[in-house]
Amino acid sequence: MRISNLKTLAVVAAALGTLVTLPAHAGKTLDGIKAKGQVTCGVNTGLAGFGAADSAGKWTGLDVDICRAIAAATLGDAEKVKYVPLNAQQRFTALQSGEVDVLSRNTTFTLTRDASLGSTSTVTTYYDGQGFMVPVKSKIKSAKQLKGQTVCVQSGTTTEKNLTDYSKANKLNIKPVVYEQLEAAENAYFTGRCIAYTTDASGLASTRNKKAANPADHVILPELISKEPLGPMVRRGDDEWFAIVKWTIYGLIEAEEYGITQANVDSLKATSVDPVVKRILGTSEDTGKLLGLSKDWMANAIKATGNYGEIFERNVGPKSPLGLPRGVNNQWNKGGLMYAYPVR
Amino acid sequence: MNPGSPPKKNNWSWRSQAFRGVVYQIVAIAAITGVVWFLAHNTLVNMRIRGIQSGFDFLAQSAGFDIGESLYPFDSEESYWHAFLIGITNTLRVAVIGIILATILGTLLGVGRFSRNALVRGLCLTYVELFRNIPVLLQLLLWYVVLTEVLPASSEAWQIGHFFLSKGGLNYPIPVWATGQLWAAFGIVGSFVLIWIYRRWARLQFEATGQPRSGFWVPLLILIACSLIGWALGGAPTELNYPVRGEFSIENGGALTPEFLAVLLGLTLYTASFIAEVVRGGIASVARGQGEAASALGLNRNQEMRLVMLPQALRVIIPPLTNQYLNLTKNSSLAVAIGYPDVVSIANTALNQTGRAVECISIVMLVYLVTSLGTSLLMNWYNSRAAIKER
Amino acid sequence: MSNSTTFQPIAPRPAPVNTEGPVAWIKANLLADWKTTLSTFIVGGILLWYVPQILNWALFKAHWAADFNLCKIEGSGACWGVVTEKYRAIIFGRYPFDEQWRPLVATVLLTGLLVASCMRMFWRAWLPVLWLVVLALFFVLMYGNVAGLSQVDTDRWGGLPLTILLASLSLVASFPIALLVALGRRSNLPAIKTFCTIYVELIRGVPLISVLFMASFMFPLFMPQGVQIDVLLRVLVGITLFAAAYSAEVIRGGLQAVPKGQVEAAATLGLSYWQTQRKIVLPQALAMVVPGIMNNFISTFKDTSLVAIVSLYELMGAMKMAVNSDADWRPYIMEGYFFIALIYFVFCFAMSRYSHWVEKQVNKSKLR
Repeated sequence: MRISNLKTLAVVAAALGTLVTLPAHAGKTLDGIKAKGQVTCGVNTGLAGFGAADSAGKWTGLDVDICRAIAAATLGDAEKVKYVPLNAQQRFTALQSGEVDVLSRNTTFTLTRDASLGSTSTVTTYYDGQGFMVPVKSKIKSAKQLKGQTVCVQSGTTTEKNLTDYSKANKLNIKPVVYEQLEAAENAYFTGRCIAYTTDASGLASTRNKKAANPADHVILPELISKEPLGPMVRRGDDEWFAIVKWTIYGLIEAEEYGITQANVDSLKATSVDPVVKRILGTSEDTGKLLGLSKDWMANAIKATGNYGEIFERNVGPKSPLGLPRGVNNQWNKGGLMYAYPVR
Repeated sequence: MNPGSPPKKNNWSWRSQAFRGVVYQIVAIAAITGVVWFLAHNTLVNMRIRGIQSGFDFLAQSAGFDIGESLYPFDSEESYWHAFLIGITNTLRVAVIGIILATILGTLLGVGRFSRNALVRGLCLTYVELFRNIPVLLQLLLWYVVLTEVLPASSEAWQIGHFFLSKGGLNYPIPVWATGQLWAAFGIVGSFVLIWIYRRWARLQFEATGQPRSGFWVPLLILIACSLIGWALGGAPTELNYPVRGEFSIENGGALTPEFLAVLLGLTLYTASFIAEVVRGGIASVARGQGEAASALGLNRNQEMRLVMLPQALRVIIPPLTNQYLNLTKNSSLAVAIGYPDVVSIANTALNQTGRAVECISIVMLVYLVTSLGTSLLMNWYNSRAAIKER
Repeated sequence: MSNSTTFQPIAPRPAPVNTEGPVAWIKANLLADWKTTLSTFIVGGILLWYVPQILNWALFKAHWAADFNLCKIEGSGACWGVVTEKYRAIIFGRYPFDEQWRPLVATVLLTGLLVASCMRMFWRAWLPVLWLVVLALFFVLMYGNVAGLSQVDTDRWGGLPLTILLASLSLVASFPIALLVALGRRSNLPAIKTFCTIYVELIRGVPLISVLFMASFMFPLFMPQGVQIDVLLRVLVGITLFAAAYSAEVIRGGLQAVPKGQVEAAATLGLSYWQTQRKIVLPQALAMVVPGIMNNFISTFKDTSLVAIVSLYELMGAMKMAVNSDADWRPYIMEGYFFIALIYFVFCFAMSRYSHWVEKQVNKSKLR
């Protein structure tokens, strides 16, 4: 039996050593979507405000609305979406393997993900940063007081690396407790295993307002220790589908800039004389044909979900349970970072 | 005169068993090679299309993440393979301690099933049935929930002398590393040699005169004496690093995190129930006549168990016991669900940061294969020593 | 005879020592000698101290109604309201609420089939056909899309139906593979022996969780472009291959225990290899290893709980999802865990009792 074990090791080692490259060919996501009749969207397993399902199975959230807009633009119907909940580890494999067409799961755009995980960043839909949440009774006022403390974090995210960088830069010697699942990390924080919980600030707000027994018992510390541009990602190698997703999102942002809302899109389509509005809604130029979509692609999207501002307000805005301010997610001419490339 | 063997006739017809065997093997090799080539080809094509890079060069890159607990300090700037090494030491830490504790508990329970006292018998039976029939992941999670709910927060830790118990784990005073400890370690190694010499002498004495010598207490005495001598020679350092109550948690001292404690507790209790069954089966396999003969010779139950039943039962116990040790080591991989940084958890993080799924998973499988191989070799050696020599 | 002596009965002798009855049993088992008496008192004392407290917490002071405010009262015991409130989400997972009668019927059918297969009166020729029919019915009920049933994709399947499906399908599928691999490992053909040995040692040396990770991360890479395998199927293949390796070892132990003389006698009778295996070796070998196979069955059933790590919401995953998403009930997740532990215990204990019964049946010939 010993010899057979050694043989097993030898075979495994030899198999790993034979890596040979072979020619490649591109895939056609759009054809697959049209054939299946639905867009498969990878979303979060349960992050209120971004991607969460209620007990009846209805999905809501900012990322979910982006998916619906993409489906409306591509197929004309925002309900033709299949939502696949993915945790942090599975999301890239699911995207790479073709299990989902677009990954709309509050994913940060980084170089490593673009270059080595087989995915491509599209457009940032939410500019965020990583922060810390602590219980009020700990009386911690700043992240710099976390010297030598335990912090709960979810594995498989940029959060882990940022925490290490911050700890090193400020000589804090933070001890991370790394959990595989989001719920385990949150639970560990709520039971008091760790003194702090770290993730993107929007995730902190969502966790605090939706999962804490008493939201007022927890406070989000003021420091944002990293840049986290969140947005949907698509598979590498399919430029056609990449263009569709990218320009749908730009269309939503530009719609807000030019005042097209869910309520007035029909009337504007019929009566507007503004050339920019006419181009976006497809009444003058057929930009949809260039993308391989119908003429009303943007009009359908805006009708289904509203413009970017409306999506923001509905899901994470000041009046929603999360209560996040527009901040840097405002239009470029209002002091924010949302700068849509011209849809023309 | 050697007439020589008759010429070998090769019968190539289907009626020859040897020929059929060759054909079957060729077909099997062709089929398996075909399947492996198909899978490998697809993998490479897919990786090329998606721009996923491959190769083990990432192991030399800087890891960029911290590890919550480790046997020795780990800095985030060290390389990935160093991180994997820490993961392996974490796995071995919980596996080795778990094996020792589970064996002790399991043997006690297994022997307890034969106790005269019906209460003890019933308790052992209840324990075994209860812990065997609940999945190990569920047990680990339950223990973790119990530990994190029941224990107080770090700021209100329970204190017994210099030991603190809280949600932050078990904090204990740890000796500050000095040459004295190194000498003590040398002393322990030296004591193993002395113990081996003593045991040989004791066995020879027993065979010559029939006088039994203490097989456990004297070696233990030798171990303690040698380590004390080594410690004294090294300067007799007594400095301890005491844990103290910090602002939010306990600082300094050594710590066992609740994740480690939960994994250890869960794995020990689960595997002990299986080891109890193995031990019970082993003792039951010893012929009843042996026990009866032992009491005819006037041995009490303790001596009967220790001198007659257990040594014979060992031969039957060791192969399934090996299995249970391997199972415990493999079940420690479930610690990833609790937050204990074992090798699977580190591989998970590395996989997500570098995207090299194939490489990371194969490293994990290689680690476990090597561990299984090592444990099997060790137990096979012990088994061959204890095996009944057949005619 | 003049002296008529009347019969003078003498005093009755004392009765022999009682060896039957409760008093005698207590004397023998609990109070035999001073050591036993001492341990009885110690153990009995510990039990008397703790067991009432546990029962108090679990039953008497516990709250059964689905109202979390009751549980917040000081000094209350377990909060079984978690179970009363969430039991449908725990047992059926994310299956659409209105259609949950379908997994219920499917689970009852499959469990009934498993129980029936254990009973001697069902061991007829039509049992395999019944298996196929019930499995087909199970899939039809769960997936839908026929006879007016709405379609429910496999990622909505969860809870108890998923656990039972994974366990029974992997058991059924792994047994033939295990048989072939065990025979292959003992064959004289070196190539086949090597392959079977590598397979068994490779799979047995790695934890199930890494096999599941491989199934969920690497299987998609193994497939050609455009071919997509359902995640349920991937996990099923992983568990089946894992269970087959362990069963192969158990069957191999049985094959080794069949005396060599049996095979030699079969050869002298002119039986071919497959005839020997089918008629002589396997019946003896399989009868010997039934307890080991049942052990593997129980392990596989418990191992289905690991698929929670690759995000298939079987019983434990469904419970965590149901309780964690609700901030009101999350403090009482321990009661949820106990409920799941109870379900697993019931199933596994029943299976282990059955295995004891089978072992006794098989060994009837060996009882003196």
